[in-house]
Amino acid sequence: MKKYGQKVKIIVVLAAVFIFPLLTNSYWTHIATLAGVYIILSLGLNIILGFCGILMLGYAALYGIGAYFAALASTNLHLSFWLTLPISFLATLFFSVLAGAPAIRLKGDYLAIVTLGFGEIIRLLFNNLDVVTNGPKGIRGIAHPEFFSFKFSSPTHFYYLVLFFVLAIAFFVYKLKKSKIGKAWFAIKEDEIAAQSCGIDTTYMKFLAFAIGGGIAGIAGCFYAHWIGFISPESFTFYESVLIVSMVVLGGMGNIKGCIISAIILSLLPEVLRGFQSYRMLIFGALLVLIMIFKPEGLILKKK
Amino acid sequence: MFLQQLINGLTLGSIYALIALGYTMVYGILEFINFAHGEIYMVGAYLGLAMMYILNNTFLSHNPLLLISLTFLFSMLAIAGLGVIIEKVAYKPLRNTGRLVPLITALGISIFLQNAVMIIAGSEKKSYPQLFPSGGFNIGDARITYLQIFIIIGSILLMLLLNIFIKNTKLGKAMRATAQDRRTASLMGINVDKIISTTFFIGSALGAAAGIMVGMYYREVNFYMGYLSGIKAFTAAVLGGIGNIPGAMFGGIILGVLESVGTGIISAEYKDIFAFTILILVLIFKPSGLFGKT
Repeated sequence: MKKYGQKVKIIVVLAAVFIFPLLTNSYWTHIATLAGVYIILSLGLNIILGFCGILMLGYAALYGIGAYFAALASTNLHLSFWLTLPISFLATLFFSVLAGAPAIRLKGDYLAIVTLGFGEIIRLLFNNLDVVTNGPKGIRGIAHPEFFSFKFSSPTHFYYLVLFFVLAIAFFVYKLKKSKIGKAWFAIKEDEIAAQSCGIDTTYMKFLAFAIGGGIAGIAGCFYAHWIGFISPESFTFYESVLIVSMVVLGGMGNIKGCIISAIILSLLPEVLRGFQSYRMLIFGALLVLIMIFKPEGLILKKK
Repeated sequence: MFLQQLINGLTLGSIYALIALGYTMVYGILEFINFAHGEIYMVGAYLGLAMMYILNNTFLSHNPLLLISLTFLFSMLAIAGLGVIIEKVAYKPLRNTGRLVPLITALGISIFLQNAVMIIAGSEKKSYPQLFPSGGFNIGDARITYLQIFIIIGSILLMLLLNIFIKNTKLGKAMRATAQDRRTASLMGINVDKIISTTFFIGSALGAAAGIMVGMYYREVNFYMGYLSGIKAFTAAVLGGIGNIPGAMFGGIILGVLESVGTGIISAEYKDIFAFTILILVLIFKPSGLFGKT
């Protein structure tokens, strides 16, 4: 009976998600698409931070690398979205492993700081390598995706496109969590030495987390670039990284459902607080502190 | 040219050192990176600016040195209080929740402080009044201004005071004991909460001093200045061995000089990349820092 209720719940939620653009205007469809991008990002970071317990503070830089590779491939080589997607994915995967290589040797705070340093270096390169990235002015004119003769152009189109990615990635991450690899990651998170003595190749597993988690950021970046059509270094700052980390932590570290819900809450929050105008980031900072004090285990309780 | 960069680097480095002390002292005792410390320094710079304007409208305007001293004193005390309050409200309830939660809290605090300053003071840059006597000495081709001398000597003085406090007073001794082993220290009758408050008090006061110095040196402040300086000062703390107080002082000066000389050799645009590269290299190859952890 309980299982039946669960199924009904899932169907109702999915149905609501599917008809969402029909019920609201294009502004909220746009915001929902942005929330979709953050869901993808938080699912990706969830692998590194939530499953494997590695505090990565430079995740927005990976998102940026995905976006920049897509933008460059689209504007210079005139590649379509479906070709820039694998390029972004692989490039980000590569850079993520590169960032992980030194980080893996370290522990705790030091590891976090190395990834932060990595993120900052990448952002500064976006800003200063004018020849390639066009500096702070950013890159514009990135083509909208096409599917055979169908052109994605309205907010509703992009909503369904991001929904497709969200569902596919959420399903993939869910399967990954249930797999042997996922169990190995959780073992590393709980106790690395114990995991090692159980025969888990911890170094390989951590690299794998960086590779897959990083690649997912690349997908989000690629989608973002083709959706908005314009990118600049400002979109990939340290605070973006912090925001994504907060989503994973509030979601209960490793809890997929929680991570999706908190990604939606945190990306909608600035919109909801828009009435407060310049006070909204102030309130956001204060809320972050309050949540950490009163609900340090995350907003969404972990199911045992 | 090189001598000039050395002088500039030394000035910048002594400021980094002052901020780095705040990171290193807190880390030494709580093993926690207080990300909001950069913002403490920024708020200090703004408060110093406000103080200068207020005091400049009183009879003190005829005596700039007394005015500047009072600005430092008031701002440092006020910011020290702010640091202690933040610790009590935001960090203390989280002392046993692992590493991640206090880190995010600190980031929340820093978003809060940044935006609070932006709302109160406005988002545009603010410029510091020129109160300090201008002028300086020439050493060969290089020039050292009175302000640079003031900053270098002022920060060395503050650091010496800190050293004497930690080495020779009872409270300082208790602080060292707490840094070595918090639990045992509390069993020996040391009031650990008081020690932690003291640490935040001193660290924040030094941060405020650094903020005012930067304001006087560059003559302008903005609400987002805390982030980058904070990370650089943290780099300095790591460079000197986190938790190691003399290490943070030397780390700050080394970083300042390296950055200044590096800017001369490479280019100004890449000086921040330079600092972050040093941070990563030190963490990978010498995570205990140049002078070791305490």
